Amino acid sequence: MSLQQKHLLGLEGYPAEDIQTIIDTAFTFREVLERPIKKVPSLQGKTIVNLFFENSTRTRISFELAQKRLSADTVNFSASTSSLKKGESFKDTVQNIEAMKIDACVMRHPAPGAPLRLTEYVDAVVINAGDGTHEHPTQAILDMTSLQEKFGYLKGLKVGIVGDISHSRVALSNMHGLITMGAEVTLCGPATLIPPHIEELGVQVNCNIDEVIEWADALNVLRIQMERMGVSLFPSIREYRSLFGLTTERLAKHKKEIVIMHPGPMNRGVEIESAVADGDQAIILDQVLNGVASRMAILYLLLGGKAES
Amino acid sequence: MKLKKLAKKTLFKGGTIFDPVAAKEFKGDVLVENGKIAAVGNIADDSAEVIDCQGLVVTHGFCDLHVHFREPGREDKETLQTGSRAALAGGFTRVCAMPNTDPPIDSPESVRFIAEKAEACPIHIHPIGAATKGQLGKELTEIGGMVQEGAMAFSDDGLPIMDGSVMRRILEYGGMLDKPIINHAEDVYLRDDGVMNEGRMSTRLGLPGNPVEAEGVMVHRDLELAKLTGAKLHVPHISTASATKLVAKMKKHYERISAEVSPHHLYFTDNDLHEFNTNLKVAPPIRSKTDCMELIKGFKTGVIDCIATDHAPHTIEDKESTFDLAEFGMIGLESCLGVVLKILVHEEGIDLMTVIKALTVNPRDVMGFNSNLFIDNAPAELTVFNPSETWEFTKDDIYSKSSNSPFIGKVLTGKVKYTVVKGQLTSV
Repeated sequence: MSLQQKHLLGLEGYPAEDIQTIIDTAFTFREVLERPIKKVPSLQGKTIVNLFFENSTRTRISFELAQKRLSADTVNFSASTSSLKKGESFKDTVQNIEAMKIDACVMRHPAPGAPLRLTEYVDAVVINAGDGTHEHPTQAILDMTSLQEKFGYLKGLKVGIVGDISHSRVALSNMHGLITMGAEVTLCGPATLIPPHIEELGVQVNCNIDEVIEWADALNVLRIQMERMGVSLFPSIREYRSLFGLTTERLAKHKKEIVIMHPGPMNRGVEIESAVADGDQAIILDQVLNGVASRMAILYLLLGGKAES
Repeated sequence: MKLKKLAKKTLFKGGTIFDPVAAKEFKGDVLVENGKIAAVGNIADDSAEVIDCQGLVVTHGFCDLHVHFREPGREDKETLQTGSRAALAGGFTRVCAMPNTDPPIDSPESVRFIAEKAEACPIHIHPIGAATKGQLGKELTEIGGMVQEGAMAFSDDGLPIMDGSVMRRILEYGGMLDKPIINHAEDVYLRDDGVMNEGRMSTRLGLPGNPVEAEGVMVHRDLELAKLTGAKLHVPHISTASATKLVAKMKKHYERISAEVSPHHLYFTDNDLHEFNTNLKVAPPIRSKTDCMELIKGFKTGVIDCIATDHAPHTIEDKESTFDLAEFGMIGLESCLGVVLKILVHEEGIDLMTVIKALTVNPRDVMGFNSNLFIDNAPAELTVFNPSETWEFTKDDIYSKSSNSPFIGKVLTGKVKYTVVKGQLTSV
């Protein structure tokens, strides 16, 4: 079992059969994670660098855990964006690390396209852990793994993505992945936070959250970033909550029980009410566990790990 | 590329002469004596050094209204001397240098600095003065004094003049001195932090987009203000369908408007940015196929009069970074002819004379330069090129100090062979 592409940079144009392979493999590792001894020797002797040019807690911990569970050796690099104003320091940094003979780089970077640039500088496998407002493919894969686990299928599934779509790599990767897997996607949020021409990528846009809830099988609720408020992308938290906030009251209006997801970190009481986040419909913590399993699957498949028994 | 002093007599023999002023093409010869045009026609002169021009076009030296030669301040990117060599390689004998240097060319003294340095250069370089002090878009510069020192036009290029009342004053004042005003036409608020054309591709790449309307609304305002003030407005590097249509419409009511297009806006579309190629990061941005087609149509119908390269050199470090941080701009002098002949003549079937006019007589007329260059005793400014030679543009073809060109590796059609200016013959 192997994947067609050397790197995982994004889900746009990523082959459906490979997404399926990753999801299937993630379920195998999910089972490993339920065992008392959660470590397998699959990537013994492989060295992975986590290059984090931007702060991250959960993605980084998730990757680190996945690497440790697979017995890989890991090194962490983090740099505040302010110290890397120019690309040459980025180039120097990665070439230095490459010179140390590593097998894979997991990279988070504030600039769209940075992982692609990285592939030009290093021979190692590159995994995009989020590049600015471009893609976050491993998040989308863990979201799809969670949906497949919950529903048993992706084809024909109706998924709504709610929130700040314009500034969301999670939305973009989810869209590409879900469309490739035959799901339908509707985006929902303030019109100022919906990127122009997004419909041309094969999704629907509906700014009425009640209609989207009525339509959807599952809703992926994105974090709303407070700093967007100041630049008149939306007027206030109060208004956002009233127009787009996911509350029990809002959900209760609909007969159908839909699945609620959130990539975290959540603004409880803003885009999602605590009772919804902690309620039965939410699979938010399953997403976290599937995150480790999915990342194990990706690392394992890209680094050509030996099948374990 | 070789430069040498012209022989006392040099005969450009057996080429096809394109006279863009008379709009005539004919087989013939051009005799240059003591650096000046001595005769055009069928000439036999045994005492002259003969340059065989069989199969080549002989025409006026090209004139570029829009280059950035980075001097003073960023001599690591380009100097007037290195920029001149890039120009010669591209068949350009005369260029207008934009004032966004460090410090900007915003005083009579700084215009004189450029004008004096330009004298020692192998091509004619004319300074364009900043329209406002420090290019800050607020206070008028000493336009009169700058004209006396040789400034040919006024612009805050790179920085749009956002305040409509300031733009109006510049047009009134520049109009009084009959100098063209050039405004980098982008509404900075609409552009916001856009780094590429807003569209499907910017959304796919997660990069902030610059909408076509940012150019459209600014061009619209500038056209209205030009008409109001009676000034000469030159619209630089037009990139959108809407701005082209606005210029077409206004030209019907008001004559003193000209527009230029840059070769890269004709050649590339925003789909070419799919791999975050920073050499395609330029201002205004590479637009959509629709815009590209409208620019070509605008060129065909004479709405766009000039081809200008917007030659903008940057160091490797400025471009070898992530897309969001990379500088805007690309070099363009060396590749210009090969690009425009390929797209406009060979692909779009536009006649060669129209393209030559846009590189010679039209830009000279915008600036008020002498444009009738084939008359006896005119100082020789000639470009000789092969109109159908296809060639791969490589790093070796670049004479600029910088090499930020997305054309490297592209096959172009049309190649400059000789450039004659200031008594020198350049063999490319």
